[in-house]
Amino acid sequence: MFRKISNIIVKQLLTFSGAITGIAILFISIFLFKEGLGLFKSPAIEEGYALFVNSKNIVDNLTAKEIKEVFDSEITNWHELGGEDIEIRIFRIDEIFQHYSDEELGEDYQFLPEKLAEVIREDESIVAFVPVEFAPAQHVGVKELMVDNITFSDYFAGKEWLPTATPAPLFGTLPMFLGTLLVSLVAILFALPLGLGVAIYLSELAQERIRKFLKPIIELLAGIPSVVYGFFGLVVLAPLVQKTFNLPVGETALTGSLILAIMALPTIISVAEDAMRNTPRAMREASLALGATHWQTIYKVVIPYAKSGISAAVVLGIGRAIGETMAVLMVTGNAALIPTSLFDPIRTIPATIAAELGEAPTGGAHYQALFLLGCVLFLITMVISITAEMISKKKNYKDM
Amino acid sequence: MKKLVVLSLGVVFAMSQSNAQKIKGSETVLPITQKAAELYIKSNPKSNVSVTGGGSGVGIAALIGGSTDIAQASRKMKFDERQKIQQSGNTVKEVIIAYDALAVIINPGNKVTNLTREQVEGIFTGKIKNWKEVGGEDMKVVPYSRETSSGTYEFFKESVLKNKNPMSGIMSMPANGAIIQSVKQTKGAIAYVGLAYVNKDVKAVHISYDKGKTFVEPSVKNAINKTYPIVRPLYFYYLKRHEAKVKAFVDYILSPAGQQIVGDVGYVTVK
Repeated sequence: MFRKISNIIVKQLLTFSGAITGIAILFISIFLFKEGLGLFKSPAIEEGYALFVNSKNIVDNLTAKEIKEVFDSEITNWHELGGEDIEIRIFRIDEIFQHYSDEELGEDYQFLPEKLAEVIREDESIVAFVPVEFAPAQHVGVKELMVDNITFSDYFAGKEWLPTATPAPLFGTLPMFLGTLLVSLVAILFALPLGLGVAIYLSELAQERIRKFLKPIIELLAGIPSVVYGFFGLVVLAPLVQKTFNLPVGETALTGSLILAIMALPTIISVAEDAMRNTPRAMREASLALGATHWQTIYKVVIPYAKSGISAAVVLGIGRAIGETMAVLMVTGNAALIPTSLFDPIRTIPATIAAELGEAPTGGAHYQALFLLGCVLFLITMVISITAEMISKKKNYKDM
Repeated sequence: MKKLVVLSLGVVFAMSQSNAQKIKGSETVLPITQKAAELYIKSNPKSNVSVTGGGSGVGIAALIGGSTDIAQASRKMKFDERQKIQQSGNTVKEVIIAYDALAVIINPGNKVTNLTREQVEGIFTGKIKNWKEVGGEDMKVVPYSRETSSGTYEFFKESVLKNKNPMSGIMSMPANGAIIQSVKQTKGAIAYVGLAYVNKDVKAVHISYDKGKTFVEPSVKNAINKTYPIVRPLYFYYLKRHEAKVKAFVDYILSPAGQQIVGDVGYVTVK
């Protein structure tokens, strides 16, 4: 009787924990996408602010990129934006405090809109960046500049990532997307031959004693905190890469790939080795009995048999490399540039999230842009793990 | 068991009765407040001060949200942050507790010693790409910046770059230590850090804000006599209605003993 009840309770508990996990995962993904997709509803200009010009100005709207270039003094004349031939004067809200005293602006700044309107009315060349609350919208002689919302292509095809630029932050993620893929793929190119070599050695050639000693050590490598790898990369690998290739900087995509390769090795080795050791004894002996040498047995029998396990090892290794944050944050230089060679500094998606989420104002455009990056990363790793699942399910005996 | 609960409740109650105060914010100000809090607690055993970092923006957000008593900041409170506090019916008090000079640093192997503000701006906005354009060897300039969330980044952008954005694709490092490490091992590097972080692994450049007439070495002495131009105040922000609670600690930092700490950790004293 007691046993029956405890059985039922355990069963219920197991179902419950399964359900909780499922709900948690669902909740996290919904939260991630809800926050991230909110970005496309935000205007390209900083939340709560607007741009105003003199009403005689014939320019009506600007893109985010144009705004950034104006405020960086790269565009200095209105005729470059389709206006008249006068030099642009930039006005930020803080300047108003140099023109007027606190008393003139009122205790709760109730006279601020009026004074702003005065300043803008006087100067045809002005572009004023002010909070919406104090916007002098109703006053004569003042015109608000129209700014579009952030679009899909701004985000996914944009080449500039300046998330805290005022007044118009730029959220182009293409450099980070390409940087992440480059660094991970190159890392796998390094890690795969090496990892497979070690796996073959451990499962087929090494003596039992050596194997028992080496395997735990390799698995221990996976337990080293990634910050430690990162620090090693920054202090040892970066100067090494710089000297070897005679580069101006040591923090490059190559350095990142090397560190990631080292970090992916334990995963690749231990999964691939397990797969190879699972080759049935009967198969090996049959091969040897037919007169095949040890080496022929390895590459004609063991490797084809373990093919699905090896593929799974590769995919898991890629997953490890793509999601790695701390080590790449420290060694790749974090420059949001589209990489043209392995010796360029790059910036990856996880590093960007880690470095910036802490201080992005909750709910703002920057925050949403980082969440959307999280979504992108989530989709990439999901595709990878589904692939891994499919590969490791498939048992292929045809080639043998 | 019951006794334990009552006891621990009592302890919690007693602790909330004493003047516990929380300070949060800038990593730059952290060394000062940490040291000051330590010594302050030693001389006032009843008091309780807890100090955490997180960055200027985080500290001010916590002050607005009410989860900290004092926000420490390495930049001035922004207009909209001040606005948020006023909307909640509070007024904020600002106290300058120290000054920090920002040094532009290069690799010790680099022969350049002087740079004007315009040249530094050119380098960080990507217009100057080779050291020979500013009187150095024929070598690529490698500028390092801080992450965009850092107060040091904000101040550098405002003071030296005159609010322009650094070139897109500039290398950005997560911490002052990493910046020093990179500049030490990269020959063409240039970066900026607080004066307190400058050590013998890097070389601080003399800066001119008057288009090359006078170049001033970044040092505590030159920051105090106001000849060095890139100096920023470090702030404490607190709500006026909490003034009674935080006053003792703020006064301690401004006292000669507190300012002694400021000097010891490498910053510039207020007086």
